[in-house]
Amino acid sequence: MALNFELVTPERLVRSEEVYMVTVPGTEGDFGVLEGHSPMVSTLRAGEVAIYKTQGAAPETIALDGGVAEVNENGLTILAEKLG
Amino acid sequence: MASLKALKIRINSVKSTQKITKAMKMVAAAKLKRAQEAAEASRPYAERLEKVVSSIASKVTVGPQSPKLLAGTGKDDVHLFVVATSDKGLAGAFNTNIVRLARKRADELKGQGKTVKFYTIGKKAKDGLVRFYRNDIVESVEPGDLGKLGYDAVKGWSDDLIARFEGGEFDVAHLFFNKFVSVLTQEPTELQLMPVALSNDNAPAGASASVEYEPDEEELLADLLPRNVAVQLLRAQRENAASEQGSKMTAMDNATRNAGDMINKLTIQYNRSRQAAITTELIEIIAGAEAL
Repeated sequence: MALNFELVTPERLVRSEEVYMVTVPGTEGDFGVLEGHSPMVSTLRAGEVAIYKTQGAAPETIALDGGVAEVNENGLTILAEKLG
Repeated sequence: MASLKALKIRINSVKSTQKITKAMKMVAAAKLKRAQEAAEASRPYAERLEKVVSSIASKVTVGPQSPKLLAGTGKDDVHLFVVATSDKGLAGAFNTNIVRLARKRADELKGQGKTVKFYTIGKKAKDGLVRFYRNDIVESVEPGDLGKLGYDAVKGWSDDLIARFEGGEFDVAHLFFNKFVSVLTQEPTELQLMPVALSNDNAPAGASASVEYEPDEEELLADLLPRNVAVQLLRAQRENAASEQGSKMTAMDNATRNAGDMINKLTIQYNRSRQAAITTELIEIIAGAEAL
């Protein structure tokens, strides 16, 4: 019951780890991604990604300056141009 | 024959040249490692972005309403060559190879009656092309140290290029750079930058039929395609950075070795002259003694 989460920028692969949940700032509203989320692609606005390592744990936030998020059967991939 | 003193000076000057080329080789080797790592680090982003873009593009039917970057302008009369080199020389054939390939392709296209324009990145690209195509160069930018080049700078160029494309300045854009194969081999490469050329092989078939798009496919593409152009440019710059250092390292290694050979030859010549001088002196002394 872990979500495979990857955060990639043009400069490097920032994160690649298993987490419980990630909330993402989509252009049409924030959304949370858990394991088994239905496949989707969304653009992102500038905002913060919150990473919950385990259920109920305090989230770790990373600021982004826009990008794209893709959810598929392998997990969540965020392509961010740069970290804010 | 050169005098002993002149030879000595020559040897010393070659020795200091050798010291310099050796140092440059070592610097290039250190920078090469960093450039190679940067090139590798930028790969995951490019690969994933291409996957996302091609999976969306495979669902959109290309029509007059689709983004120009995907569909093209419908013509291929005016070609823009984005030629990326470095600002500095002393890197063997690194810059010349790129320029030569660009010139060859430009002459081919011109032979077919097309118009070719140039957008040069790097001083050497401009220097190499300005002699032949003075009036065709639309813009020249200087990247400075390729290893320190960030995404922001590249984004600026790509925004400029896209604006020109949308404005109808050209129909097709090609990118020229050196692909890093190994320290000894760098391959001058041509890549179609605009309209975006997509390989359909990695678009998953059917499996992602139920993917949700937010906003819809068209808007997503309009957002993603410019990003793809910027990322391609960045990747080319990274490959170029690694190639430049690799090429420089090889060139400087050769120079160091040549200097070594030259020092050996000069030293032999120096010793022979010295011996000849001593022999002459001895003969003079002996002849003087015998005469008494």
